[in-house]
Amino acid sequence: MPTIVVDVMPKAELLDPQGKAVSGALARLGVSDFSSVRIGKRFELTVEGEVGEDVLAKAREIADEILSNSVIEDVVGIEVVE
Amino acid sequence: MSARIGVITFPGSLDDRDAQRAIRIAGAEPVALWHGSHDLEGVDALVLPGGFSYGDYLRAGAIAALAPIMAEVKDAAAKGMPILGICNGFQMLVEAQLLPGGLIRNAHQQFVRRDQRLRVENNDTAWTSDFASGQEIVIPLKNADGGYIAAESELDRLEGEGLVAFRYLGVNPNGSLRDIAGLANERGNVVGLMPHPEHAVEEGFGPNTPAAMRSGLDGVPFFTSAIAAVVGAAA
Repeated sequence: MPTIVVDVMPKAELLDPQGKAVSGALARLGVSDFSSVRIGKRFELTVEGEVGEDVLAKAREIADEILSNSVIEDVVGIEVVE
Repeated sequence: MSARIGVITFPGSLDDRDAQRAIRIAGAEPVALWHGSHDLEGVDALVLPGGFSYGDYLRAGAIAALAPIMAEVKDAAAKGMPILGICNGFQMLVEAQLLPGGLIRNAHQQFVRRDQRLRVENNDTAWTSDFASGQEIVIPLKNADGGYIAAESELDRLEGEGLVAFRYLGVNPNGSLRDIAGLANERGNVVGLMPHPEHAVEEGFGPNTPAAMRSGLDGVPFFTSAIAAVVGAAA
């Protein structure tokens, strides 16, 4: 069944406390390959049947209005996975 | 006739009964309202209480902000009804775009509970008129997602228009930008804050003060302010 994947990330300019906590843990473990970690959300919207333009439009609408809060987050990706 | 102040219970609300009790102590009649209804039962003012509606899933307050009764809350806000959002209720008001900005996980990642000093920055709102401007008060605070954020330009606007209602004093407990603890809308009828005024209304159950343990009553003026606003509007 087709799935629409929506990725949401905290805005780049805002503090991401969760990412910062993971970043701190990596530093304590001696992992120095990654300069920062940011944590976002992935939503999987399952569609019964075909993903038409109307379904995609609805996915974009709820991504902007419900799945994310534009004050603190950005929708960084919407893609259809078969 | 005493003022009737509604308290909306959402799935996961924790402090709805405490808010009802605070309203009664302040001299009004509390009215229990339900998130799934479209009926405000003719109340004069509204409290959106604290708690963890829907387990803070998606974003704190986000799912509750889509509840059926929120349509009526938005209408009432537009008509000037006094509406107070406490903690999770503040998060709902922000998610419903009745107040600007956003609330994210505390900067230190931990749940915090403390008796918090605040300064009343704006006493020209429906919920703060019984305070003096600049008055320092102590209100219990307990939250996980209390970090207030907004764009720099928005923060400047909020400060410029006097919409910052409360600011943290002494300690910034959650990383809120510009020490913002609470906000008002332009009209002053909608107010939201992270600390819990309903937990500072009765001797023996409030925050500690220099005078005595658990004697703090700084939450009472929130509710008496709203009662005065409602009675004043009716007169």
